[in-house]
Amino acid sequence: MIKSDILIIGAGPVGLFAVFEAGLLKMKCHLIDILPKPGGQCSEIYPKKPIYDIPAYPEILADGLIDKLMEQCSQFQPGFTLGERAMTIDKQEDNSFIVITDKGTKHSAPIVVIAGGLGSFEPRKPLIDNIEKYEGFGLEYFIKEPNLFKNKKVVIAGGGDSALDWAIVLCEIASEVTLIHRRNEFRGALDSVDKVQQLKNLNKINIITPAEVVGLNGKKNLESIFIKNSDKSTTEIKTDFFIPLFGLSPKLGPIANWGLEIEKNAIKVNNSLDYQTNIPGIYAIGDVNTYPGKLKLILCGFHEAALMCQSAFKILNPNKKFLLKYTTVSGVQGFDGSHKKAEKAVVKTIS
Amino acid sequence: MTDINITIIDRLGKKHNVLAPLDMAMNIMELIKTYELADDASIGICGGMAMCASCQCYIESSHQLNDKSDEEEAMLSEAFYLKNSSRLSCQIPITKDLTDLIIRIAPEH
Repeated sequence: MIKSDILIIGAGPVGLFAVFEAGLLKMKCHLIDILPKPGGQCSEIYPKKPIYDIPAYPEILADGLIDKLMEQCSQFQPGFTLGERAMTIDKQEDNSFIVITDKGTKHSAPIVVIAGGLGSFEPRKPLIDNIEKYEGFGLEYFIKEPNLFKNKKVVIAGGGDSALDWAIVLCEIASEVTLIHRRNEFRGALDSVDKVQQLKNLNKINIITPAEVVGLNGKKNLESIFIKNSDKSTTEIKTDFFIPLFGLSPKLGPIANWGLEIEKNAIKVNNSLDYQTNIPGIYAIGDVNTYPGKLKLILCGFHEAALMCQSAFKILNPNKKFLLKYTTVSGVQGFDGSHKKAEKAVVKTIS
Repeated sequence: MTDINITIIDRLGKKHNVLAPLDMAMNIMELIKTYELADDASIGICGGMAMCASCQCYIESSHQLNDKSDEEEAMLSEAFYLKNSSRLSCQIPITKDLTDLIIRIAPEH
């Protein structure tokens, strides 16, 4: 059981900033995210896009913002459960919550904060009839453990960065890598495209374009795939694995069944007070919540995180007198023993 | 005159004739969102950067549209339910030339 003061579902920019705000109030956070790394949409959808409306940053790349937020919150030593989806929530007699992921990891906390953005990112599945039959039997949408593909034949479909990047990684591990795309052109960072071209020239990657995977075959495990070529002919290719990488699409997912009030696919919160949901102890901040006048902006999520933490502190410390402290006055005391504070001014006579 | 008429057919097949402003620097995806003609979380997920295909639409009138950028072409090549008339609606700015345009929102995936 992983215990924390605040369990945050979603490790995007707002979830990460909440770790910092909570830390100022001595509350320790743990984050769950379905993606294998922190950053949410900023890391997954648009890492190299500049953002222009983060206060004090005239321009910052999305992945740069995540790096800064990770740096800012690291002194409060957040825990992470990555690559897992929060499935169920149960309120205990002592009013704390137990959240269990799809992998069975158990988390316990008196406060749960949903900072889930647009929802958990689910893979976009190609429209192939029997596709679900092979999920886990040769068909993978994510690559968590590259060694699974050691000395195996792998077919990757897709034309974006992840298809290119994984083709590059797996060609060193797998016995054979084939990359299939509907067009001749690939969309990715220039150096990835160049690298794949080099690997193709060295016969380390087979590229089949323009073509589309239209069928899967195999008794239990995947044994081969069928591709439709540009001349409408069909070819069968023997393979152990098929990895379709067509991006991810966000779904609210299991959270929709947690008994929270939902409106237009977002969680209703009390915005005149503290962004708490209809279930006391569960908050929703950032893009995942809704209230009159809601703006889906990162900066609004930061504000919501700060107010949520003040409210959570009162739940955790019901009788404690408390006054907001400014970091300029008190500095920042990390859970890692660090203490950042302003340099003392010199008081000295000038003669 | 700062508004034009555009017809949007939603995912359930219902037709909506809407007024689209010319002076708000809007695109068709934003127009769909403004009139709430698709579930908010199912369209314009990337915000309009041509980095997801959630706002795919089919052009059902004979209007001459702006050319597709390389990014749009590439994203469409990864989209499902693709037709020859497919466009990413976030990549179509609203201009006077689009008066009486008819578009159909592609199915959600």
